[in-house]
Amino acid sequence: MAIKEDVYTRIFQILSYAVIIIASIACLLPFLLIISASLTSNESIIRDGYHFIPQEFSLEGYRTVFTFPEEVLRAYGVTIFTTVVGTTLGLFLMTMAGYVLARKDFKYRNAFSFYIYFTTLFGGGLVPWYIMLTKYLGLLDTYTVLIFPGLMTPFLIILMKNFIRSSMPEELFESAKIDGAGDFKIYYRIVLPLSTPGIATVGLFLALAYWNDWFSSSLFINDPHKYQLQYYLYNVINSMQFIAQMGAGTGVSLSNDMPTESTKMAMAIVVTGPILLLYPFIQRYFVKGLTIGAVKG
Amino acid sequence: MNQPVTKSSAMLTTDSRLNGRRLASGRKNGFFHELIRNRILFLMLLPTLIFFFINSYIPMVGIYYAFTQFDFNTSLFDAKFVGLQNFQFLWQSGTLTKLTLNTVGYNAAFILFGNVLAIALAILLNELRGRYFKKIAQSVMFLPYFVSFVILSVIVYNIFNYDNGFLNTLLLQIGGERVDVYNQPWVWIFLIILFYLWKNLGYSMVIYLAAITGISDEYYEAAKMDGANIFQRIWYITVPMLKSTFVVLLLFALGSIMKGQFDLFYQLIGNNGVLYNTTDILDTYVYRSLKVTFDVGMASAAGVYQSLFGFILIMTVNYIIRKLNDEYALF
Repeated sequence: MAIKEDVYTRIFQILSYAVIIIASIACLLPFLLIISASLTSNESIIRDGYHFIPQEFSLEGYRTVFTFPEEVLRAYGVTIFTTVVGTTLGLFLMTMAGYVLARKDFKYRNAFSFYIYFTTLFGGGLVPWYIMLTKYLGLLDTYTVLIFPGLMTPFLIILMKNFIRSSMPEELFESAKIDGAGDFKIYYRIVLPLSTPGIATVGLFLALAYWNDWFSSSLFINDPHKYQLQYYLYNVINSMQFIAQMGAGTGVSLSNDMPTESTKMAMAIVVTGPILLLYPFIQRYFVKGLTIGAVKG
Repeated sequence: MNQPVTKSSAMLTTDSRLNGRRLASGRKNGFFHELIRNRILFLMLLPTLIFFFINSYIPMVGIYYAFTQFDFNTSLFDAKFVGLQNFQFLWQSGTLTKLTLNTVGYNAAFILFGNVLAIALAILLNELRGRYFKKIAQSVMFLPYFVSFVILSVIVYNIFNYDNGFLNTLLLQIGGERVDVYNQPWVWIFLIILFYLWKNLGYSMVIYLAAITGISDEYYEAAKMDGANIFQRIWYITVPMLKSTFVVLLLFALGSIMKGQFDLFYQLIGNNGVLYNTTDILDTYVYRSLKVTFDVGMASAAGVYQSLFGFILIMTVNYIIRKLNDEYALF
């Protein structure tokens, strides 16, 4: 530790702290804005505009959201259902595919890898895909269409394949074979238990994609009862339908024909809530998995 | 298309050489022999193969729609063939040029700023001493990656809406005038890039941070012995060591340069026609043509153009990279 070096290091560290603190604050402030707005009375927002700190504290936004919670809860239900089913099924299929493609004695693995990879290079585009799913497979307004297209992505399959290949030696499979284990048994008894970090990462990517999906609803769902949470929120923000629908079912007419500003923000918080609560816990796995995947690069 | 096939078959050759012992006994090493020998493995892969066949390969046949006058009631090959008419309309309206410039321009900006800033932040974060502080800062910066684009649109609305947005509230308070941001097309160029960075920087930073952690301490120790200061150590050790991670991320990003970030654009701009000139990309155009203006023929044509253009672009870039440094090429 020479003295000369210390000066530079000190300067650099002060710089680092300053930049990182500023960047962190910039990442948090937008959240603070919606949280604050969701806790402000609507009159105050109309009068004083949005602030970082509520000018007039009120829970009316949340009260409105939870006065008729059926719609919100239903949208939650749809999202939870698609997330759980999609993630489970997708994980099962992708770990299996990753395992097969990682097996060095599987002769056509490169050809099949390319078959999967090629879909990222070239495609038919949105229109033929849309027409096929709606017209030929008849998936309009079904839960299947919310789950099916997102089940697998080439990127995640390749990630899984690389993970298995780099963490399990070929000899492991061979000795299991000698002991009389079949290919599926090797996958089930050896590969899966050893794949926890890979499964966690791929699973989180999948779950996040399902949880944040609004696109599938917007393309394929006409029945509001089947809207995913994010698309439901999108409609609350963007359309006047919302209060009309909420009011219509109950016979109560709410003052305006538009959701109030505070209701919109409260809704945004309600939708984001679970992720913000789970985040500190989830994030650790994500970083770990990415670290394993990225260093390989 | 020729190159990847050649390369993968080259890999196959080495493979079969490795498996030579086992195959030598059979002599029949055709596809069906392999199918029977590894039937369980084939069976395990089958759902995936079917999935991509349905979800990706069948729609490729639908490219034909781009050459027809679309009619939802007739089946694909009964539709009236109109040749390149759909493309001609797109081209003549000047839409294609604008969409291409926007799509490529924005994505190039995302890739450039995204990577440079992520590397800078990762290097700075790596220098922090406090362990908890470091962890918390990393978590906080990663947080925006987890929120949906719908929430992002709520945030943007909260800040920029004309009547009571945060920005206008602030401007009024300091004695300024309201700004109608939703009517200023050029501002959105910066806003879109800014919010892209806000959402994605933390994620890419984690990847680079992982790469930095992977660099052996010995390099730094040796440099210290030689009297290199921290700036020199970063410039001559850290930055060069991140090159391979950078190239890999760059290549992945280039692969989607023609179809990047639909959610971001659509959630921030929506159907606000005033902003289309500076913010419309191929994806949003195709989506709108399908869902809002029902211009299915044009939408298919734009989609085909997007796929083809993207494909040629990736092939070209990959070819160039392979010429420069074989190791980094995608295939």
